[in-house]
Amino acid sequence: MTDTTEKAARPEEAAPAARTARARVPRRLRLRRGLTPWLFLAAPLVLLITFTYAPVANMVAYSFTDWDGVSPELSYTGADNYVELFTRPELFEVFFVSGYYLAASVIQIVVALYFATVLSFNVRFRNFFKGILFFPYLINGVAIGFVFLYFFQDGGTLDSVLSLFGVHSDRAWLGTPVSANVSLAGVSVWRYMGLNFVLFLGAVQSIPGELYEAAELDGANRWHQFRYIIAPGIRPVLSLTVILSISGSLSAFEVPFIMTGGATGTETFVIQTVKLAFQFNKTGLASAAAVVLLLIILAVTWVQRRLVPDDKVDLV
Amino acid sequence: MTRGRVARTLTYLSLVVASVVVLLPLLVVLLTSLKSEKEMANDSGALQLPDDLLNLDNYVTAFQDGRMLSAFGNTAFILLFSVTGTVIIGSMAAYAIDRYTFRFRKLVVALFLVATLVPGVTTQVATFQIVDSFGMFDSRWAPIALYMGTDIVSIYIFLQFVRSIPISLDESARLDGANAFTIYRKIILPLLKPAIATVVIVKGITVYNDFYIPFLYMPSEDLGVISTSLFRFKGPFGAHWETIAAGAILVIMPTLIVFLFLQRYIYNGFTRGATK
Repeated sequence: MTDTTEKAARPEEAAPAARTARARVPRRLRLRRGLTPWLFLAAPLVLLITFTYAPVANMVAYSFTDWDGVSPELSYTGADNYVELFTRPELFEVFFVSGYYLAASVIQIVVALYFATVLSFNVRFRNFFKGILFFPYLINGVAIGFVFLYFFQDGGTLDSVLSLFGVHSDRAWLGTPVSANVSLAGVSVWRYMGLNFVLFLGAVQSIPGELYEAAELDGANRWHQFRYIIAPGIRPVLSLTVILSISGSLSAFEVPFIMTGGATGTETFVIQTVKLAFQFNKTGLASAAAVVLLLIILAVTWVQRRLVPDDKVDLV
Repeated sequence: MTRGRVARTLTYLSLVVASVVVLLPLLVVLLTSLKSEKEMANDSGALQLPDDLLNLDNYVTAFQDGRMLSAFGNTAFILLFSVTGTVIIGSMAAYAIDRYTFRFRKLVVALFLVATLVPGVTTQVATFQIVDSFGMFDSRWAPIALYMGTDIVSIYIFLQFVRSIPISLDESARLDGANAFTIYRKIILPLLKPAIATVVIVKGITVYNDFYIPFLYMPSEDLGVISTSLFRFKGPFGAHWETIAAGAILVIMPTLIVFLFLQRYIYNGFTRGATK
């Protein structure tokens, strides 16, 4: 009945043909056909709306109230929560902690790029190194927290290793705010570098090999190859990684919560929000904090989409 | 030529250093998990080998006193339902979106798209109230519902695969009298096997490792999943690092085994998942 050209057609292109066919289909059947996609979509949509859109809407509503999360009464307080958030310095401080994670993610991206480039060329034991670099990403966050609590202990692994090199620094790495935050940010580099690395590696490997050969004929060295072939080739993944890193830095939670519980100046935005909401029953204030975080992340994403349009790579 | 050799050496050196940085913390924990309480008390250095390399006492303690058996059971229960649910829901959504032209189709796609921009951690304050109002708080159904309901990445993975299945297959089945559900069930789903494998792996690892959702939604002790049960080690085993280390290794082991067997699929899964 259908010829070969129509077989390959996408639904959008096939739409006019379908429309003429629809005219001949009886009404009841047409109704059923219109209903079919909704039967398939009912469960996904209900879940999506219940667990993503309804919470966002509620959260915005709560953020203008003084609700404690339990009592039936709540009163509208206007923008009070937002004012409190931006005027109480201790509530605002958590943003500075994100700075550590942001700095760490710059290092993380650079290191991941380096290893992705190195391992996309012929290197011995390539798969072995690839596996080792990626594996931390798969490990349970709580286990990682404990591994590094032990690692940073007074006279623990880090101190023992340093003393092998003649550096004797018996110190509590998690004892002062600066060194604690640096240590925690280091753990998050250890944990997440592998994901960036694998994403970059996938992108680098999708670049056709002839490009390198042609470049080599033109006398390009490795740096030139990286600068003019690899870097533009992985731009979409790179820009995706940048948004993920920014939103990840702002919403850092697991590693600091498990390792320090937010003590010694390591409290992040999410730890604070969770504490406000679930320990101090300040649902209103916590919602306002969450709305601010959400807005920042949406703004970052929007700026990124503006700067790097989501188009195909113009390489070949 | 010598310059090339120097560059090569430096490359390998950097790889070896990176491997040491990754492996050392894990190796030390493995060693610690094999030490006896006495050895720990005698302050054997972190890098020292344990006296008895086959001393598994700490594992027994961690497994029994840490209630790891029930933790693995709860994790398995949640994994089974949420992964199955994600596969069914994701593939149905992808099938409907790709194979039908209907009113509001663009809106539906946009709803799924915009949702990827909302990070789950930010909305938890309000999600909590909703989960609570369904009476699911402190039950294993709360994480299951949340894992199923918020997984947009898998819908994208399925969408890509459904696109690659020729429409002519649907059409010839329809001529044979199959209805939409039969087509989905008998044609689309079996052809989606590679996508299902990807989603099962990616979702499985995420659910196995998640801490935030079970921590917030299942506070009772007998509902501990592996991450929350391990987290509780902090209390009773406080300074007993040998037991905590054994617990951590117990939790890491299954991941390592799965990784070694399914390496290739895992890489593909994560690349596909993140870049859509």
